[in-house]
Amino acid sequence: MPVEEGVYGLLAEFNTPQAMVKATVAARDAGYRRMECYTPYPVEEAATALDVHRNRVPLVTLMGGLMGLTTAFLMQTWMSAISYPINIAGRPLFSWPAFIIPAYEWTILFAGLSAAFGMLGLNGLPQPYHPLFNAPNFRVGATDDKFFLCLEATDPKFDLGETRDFLEQFRAVSVVEVDL
Amino acid sequence: MATKPLHDPYRQPVNDPMIDPVTGEYTVIAPGHNFTSVTRKIANVVLTSHTPLGWFFGLIVAGGIASIGLIAITWLVLKGTGIWGVTIPGAWGFAIVNFVWWIGIGHAGTLISAILLLFKQSWRNSINRFAEAMTIFAVVCAGLFPVLHVGRPWLGYWLLPLPNTMNIWPQFRSPLCWDVFAVSTYATISVVFWYIGMIPDFGTLRDKAQLPFAKWFYGLLSLGWRGSTRHWMRYETASLLLAGLSTPLVLSVHTVISFDFAVAALPGWHTTIFPPYFVAGAVYSGFAMVLTLAIPIRKFYHMEDLVTMRHLDNMGKVMLCTGLIVAYGYGMEVFMAWYSASHWEFFMMWNRMFGPIGWGYWLLILFNIAIPLLTLWWRKWRTNVAWLFTLSIVVNIGMWFERFVIVITSLYRDFLPSSWGTYRATKWDYMLYLGTFGIFTFLFLLFVRFIPMIPMNEIKMMLPQTKFNGIDAEETIEETA
Repeated sequence: MPVEEGVYGLLAEFNTPQAMVKATVAARDAGYRRMECYTPYPVEEAATALDVHRNRVPLVTLMGGLMGLTTAFLMQTWMSAISYPINIAGRPLFSWPAFIIPAYEWTILFAGLSAAFGMLGLNGLPQPYHPLFNAPNFRVGATDDKFFLCLEATDPKFDLGETRDFLEQFRAVSVVEVDL
Repeated sequence: MATKPLHDPYRQPVNDPMIDPVTGEYTVIAPGHNFTSVTRKIANVVLTSHTPLGWFFGLIVAGGIASIGLIAITWLVLKGTGIWGVTIPGAWGFAIVNFVWWIGIGHAGTLISAILLLFKQSWRNSINRFAEAMTIFAVVCAGLFPVLHVGRPWLGYWLLPLPNTMNIWPQFRSPLCWDVFAVSTYATISVVFWYIGMIPDFGTLRDKAQLPFAKWFYGLLSLGWRGSTRHWMRYETASLLLAGLSTPLVLSVHTVISFDFAVAALPGWHTTIFPPYFVAGAVYSGFAMVLTLAIPIRKFYHMEDLVTMRHLDNMGKVMLCTGLIVAYGYGMEVFMAWYSASHWEFFMMWNRMFGPIGWGYWLLILFNIAIPLLTLWWRKWRTNVAWLFTLSIVVNIGMWFERFVIVITSLYRDFLPSSWGTYRATKWDYMLYLGTFGIFTFLFLLFVRFIPMIPMNEIKMMLPQTKFNGIDAEETIEETA
C-alpha cells in the first residue's frame, strides 16, 4: 500500500452531545458534507443532523430471510421426495406442513446472520486501521465520554485554516488535525 | 426511557431516590452517574490487575464440579448409555429432563435481550448482557445431553442434513429433527446477537486497556469499532432486526421442544396446551436463574446502582406473570384429564398425583405455585433480596421437577400394566447433571472477568446527560459532574 501523505480532516472534541450536534448542524448549514460524528453511544440527533437515518441493513436482512426460507424448504423437499424417497408410516413424501418448521428456523437463521454480517459489511468492519486513531485525543474519549465531529479533507469546502476557524467558534475542547 | 410517575405515596421523589425530582420520571439506574463513571465502573472489573480472590476460588470450585461431569462423560463414551438409568419403559430419563430444563433457563436471556428491547423496556439494558451470556452457557449445557444421549456422540453430525456415503437424509417429519434445527439456530443467533452487542464495548476496553496483550486482544474483538454515527445507525437497525428475529425464534424453540412430547400419542404428553405452557415455564425458570446470578454478582462487584431494586422488582413481576401461566397450564392438564373422559388420561393424572412418585408432583406444586405465587404479589417481598434469591432457587428446583414429572410419570406406567416399570437415575446421571452446573458456572465466571458484564454504551444512553429537550448541555454536565 502506498504511503499517503496529508491531512484526513479536522477533529473537534466536545464535552456534550448537545454541543457536538449544534456544531454538526452549523457545519451542514455552512455547506460541509464530508463529515462524521463519533460518539460513545448512538446519538439520534447526530444522525438527523448528518441525514444518515436510512440504511440498507433491513434490505440485506430481508434477502437473507427469503434465502433461508427457500433453501430450507427446497432442501427438505428434495431430500425427502426426490433424492431418497422413503415411505415412513404411509406419510406423503412431500409432507409440506412438517417442512414448515425447519424452514421457519432457517428463515430466522439466515436473516439474523445477514443482519449481523450485513451490518458489519456495510460498515466496512473489521477495519483495524483508521486515520482517526492517529489523533492523540480520539482513543482517549471517543469510546468513553467525549463527542467528536470530524470535517474531512476530501470535502470541496475544506480548507485547513478556514475550517479550523469555523470549528473553533463552537465550544470545542480542542480542534486537532488528523494525519492520514 | 422511564415510566410515568404513579399516584402512589410511596412513589414520590421524597420517599424514593429513584424518582427524578425534576421530571418526576422513574429512573432506571441510580442518580449520580456520568459517562466516565459508567465506563470506569464496568471496565474496571475487566481491566483491573487485582482479580478478586473470590473469583479464583469460585473458578476452582466450578472447575472441580465440572470435572465430575467430565468423568461422567468419559465413562459414558467408554461404556455407552447403559450406565444411565434409561430403560424401557422409562426410555427418556435425565437426559431429556435436563436438556429441557437447561434450554428453558436460556429463554429468559433472549426474552430480556430481544422482547424487552422491542417493548422499549430500557431497564433491561443493565441486565441483558449477562442474561444473554446465561442463555449461551445454558444452551451449551443443554446441548450436551441430546448429543450424549444418541449413544455415539462422535456420530452426532448425523443429525444434520449433510451428504453422506449412505445417501440417506434426516427425517424431516419428526419433531426430534425439528429440535436440531431450532436449537442450532437458537445457539447461533444468540451468540451472534451477543457478540454484536459487545463490539462497541470491546472498543472501549481496547482504548482503556493498559497491558499490550489486552489492547491487542480487545482491539481484535472490537473489529476496529470507532463509534461513527453512520456505523451506529446501521448497528441500531441490525440490533433491532436481530431482536425482532429472536422474538419468534425464542417462542419457537420451546414450542418445538414441547412438540417432542405433544406429537407423541401418550397420555400426559399429547396435549395442545404444551407449547405456550412450555414457553411460559421456560421464561419462568430463566428469570429465576437471572436472579440467582444477578443477586450475588451485583453484591460481589458492587453494581447495586446499575442493577437496582427496580430491576429485581421487575423481574419478580415477570416471574409472577409467567408463573401464573404455568399454574394455568397445571390446572388445565388436570381439567382436561377429567374432561376428556379418557380412561388413560385420567389414570395418568391420578398416577402422577398419587402414584409411587407422586411426591414429585406435589413438590413442583409447592415450589412453582404455592411458595412463589403467594409471595410475589407484594412489593415488600419482591424487593427483599434475600427472599428473592431463595425464591429463585426454589423455582428452579420446582421447574426441574416439572420436567421430571412430565417425562417420567407419563412414561413409566402407560397403557398396559404388564409393561409398567419404574425409573431410577444412576450415579452417572447425577454426576453429569452436577457437572453441567460446574461447566455453566465456570463459563460464567470467565465471562464476568473478561467481558464487560453490563453494556456500557446502553447504560450511557439512559443517563440524563443524553437528553436534548431544551436543557442547556453544559449545565447538565456541571450538575452531574
